[in-house]
Amino acid sequence: MPQLSMRDALNQALHQEMERDARVIVLGEDVSGGAGGSSGQREASGGIFGVTKGLLPRFGEGRVLDTPISESAIIGAAAGAALAGLRPVAEIMFADFVGVCMDQIYNQIAKFRYMFGGKSTCPVVIRMAMGAGMNMGPQHSQAIYSLLTAVPGLKIVIPSNAYDAKGLLIQAIRDDDPVVFFEHKALYPRKGEVPEHAYTVPFGEAALVREGEHVTVVAIARMVPFAERAVDALAKEGITCDLIDPRTTSPMDFDTIVESVEGTGRLVIVDESPPRCGIANDIAAFVADKAFRALKRPIIQVTAPHTPIPFAPALERAYVPGPPRIEAAIRQSLQDES
Amino acid sequence: MSVMSSEALERTRLLHVYRQMKLIREFEERLHVEIATGEIPGFTHLYAGQEAVAVGVCEQLSDADYIISTHRGHGHCIAKGCDVIGMMKEIYGRRDGICNGKGGSMHIADLSKGMLGANAIVGGGPPIAVGAAIACKLRGDGSVSVAFGGDGSANQGTVFEAMNMAVVLQVPTIFVLENNGYSEHTGADYAVGSRDLTARSRAFGMPAECVDGADFHAVFDAMGRAVARARSGGGPSTIEARITRFYGHFEGDPQNYRAKDEVARLRESMDCLKRFRARVDADRRVPAAELDAIDAEVLAVIDRAVAEARAAPAPVEADLYTDVYIHY
Repeated sequence: MPQLSMRDALNQALHQEMERDARVIVLGEDVSGGAGGSSGQREASGGIFGVTKGLLPRFGEGRVLDTPISESAIIGAAAGAALAGLRPVAEIMFADFVGVCMDQIYNQIAKFRYMFGGKSTCPVVIRMAMGAGMNMGPQHSQAIYSLLTAVPGLKIVIPSNAYDAKGLLIQAIRDDDPVVFFEHKALYPRKGEVPEHAYTVPFGEAALVREGEHVTVVAIARMVPFAERAVDALAKEGITCDLIDPRTTSPMDFDTIVESVEGTGRLVIVDESPPRCGIANDIAAFVADKAFRALKRPIIQVTAPHTPIPFAPALERAYVPGPPRIEAAIRQSLQDES
Repeated sequence: MSVMSSEALERTRLLHVYRQMKLIREFEERLHVEIATGEIPGFTHLYAGQEAVAVGVCEQLSDADYIISTHRGHGHCIAKGCDVIGMMKEIYGRRDGICNGKGGSMHIADLSKGMLGANAIVGGGPPIAVGAAIACKLRGDGSVSVAFGGDGSANQGTVFEAMNMAVVLQVPTIFVLENNGYSEHTGADYAVGSRDLTARSRAFGMPAECVDGADFHAVFDAMGRAVARARSGGGPSTIEARITRFYGHFEGDPQNYRAKDEVARLRESMDCLKRFRARVDADRRVPAAELDAIDAEVLAVIDRAVAEARAAPAPVEADLYTDVYIHY
């Protein structure tokens, strides 16, 4: 099976879906790039991370729209195009910029169907690059999926590998509900086996990345490969873990997590976002509600601190939870109560 | 593409125009009365006084064209063909309201009529209208979108973004700015820094014109020019309609910001229905008796709408959970 980076897997998904369905359009800042530049070269960028490369030459300016730097208008336009029968894939270059267009996402797109009494569909996909680890500073590094997971009416997708990224994006484009699709910048080069054909990965079904018996570890996005390293290191000592990647946080496959905790009695949750009102709290609360008696030890949440994301590499390294912290947390969850 | 002129409108069409404006007026006048009884939940923004704008604009459109409206949206909904009884039920919060009672006065929508919703976020609609116009342009069927907004929304950055993007992408959107002189409780002369929405819109790189919003013929003709341009690939336009509202920002607004006699004076000089009657009478295009008959017919429709809305069932608790997602 071909090895593709997550970036190329996403790019392939966009090509295949635009080929399959003429209603699919792509819009955003520099999704092609080059318009109005002095070189005259179109597709000067293909998306700042290269995810939308090749779409303009193949599908033309009618379906691949370079927009001004106007996030509210980009997301609003995607909403309107969807109400009018298209299936837009809008790009917000960095997830941090959601602050600029939050109204269009959570007051408009998320609520149309409900407030119009079920008489509208708004099949929008909003892609955005997120995550720390590349020294991009406080306004280009955040993992804000918890913020949007809290909004009824949105579906939230957060792939951790190339295979899932392609299948989840195709599902997102075919899905009739609005989807926010988070792509971790540090995972774009991460390679994995990706079938050539178009396929979907369903929402609300977690992936069991590792199977074990001692501890349940739940991790999201870049925390999944980090947790893999921690879990694999401990396996050499005979400590084995269930490693669960929810893949989507809305809908969230709580059942798989609860089922695993009922077997292990121990839960470590790894989340790159800050510790308050976040997805780690959400999972911890759910497990405490549904499987309290199964827990042998307190739930441990490994998260970023309650700070903005710093620029200096030394500080950013301290911000992002890494394999050593995850490994330590798993060990801690195995310590007997004294 | 040819421009449809108001002078060319025939008797039956003029009667239809009058009926639409009268229907909006009586819908709102009746709501003003019924809201005072306390039977209607929430808060409501009445469109009375601005009818010629909604009707002048929408009479140039078909069901294949899109509009998006504002918190003051009843007039746009009626003008675009939304069912008046379904609307009244919605405003009363009834289960068989046009949005099943889940949207209310500020979210009335009917996608089958190209009505993409009233919108309770000031400035929320114009970007969405640009998106609908992207779909129109891609389909290439000559359909257009209209973004209604007021002088208040004109100061929102979203409107600037939408206007610029419409020009950049050359999509068929018509921005209709209903300048009724007040952004909630603050005068437009204060809140619009340049005091000139037409010039500001033109500065985005599109044609813009200012019309008397109480004059159906003027609105219809300006819209005819903008629609002809948009349908033939000429891109977006703005129409600023100078108008007034006969009631407050919302029902219950004491309107302390308005001179005591202002509304009474404007009800004389800026009443689009009186102006329309005078115009078609002078032109000998429509006999007054036919307009009087419409007045009576419209009042009966509103009576029926209120009676049906009052008698209609409330939603049931299970409805709370439906239509959040199509599949979850």
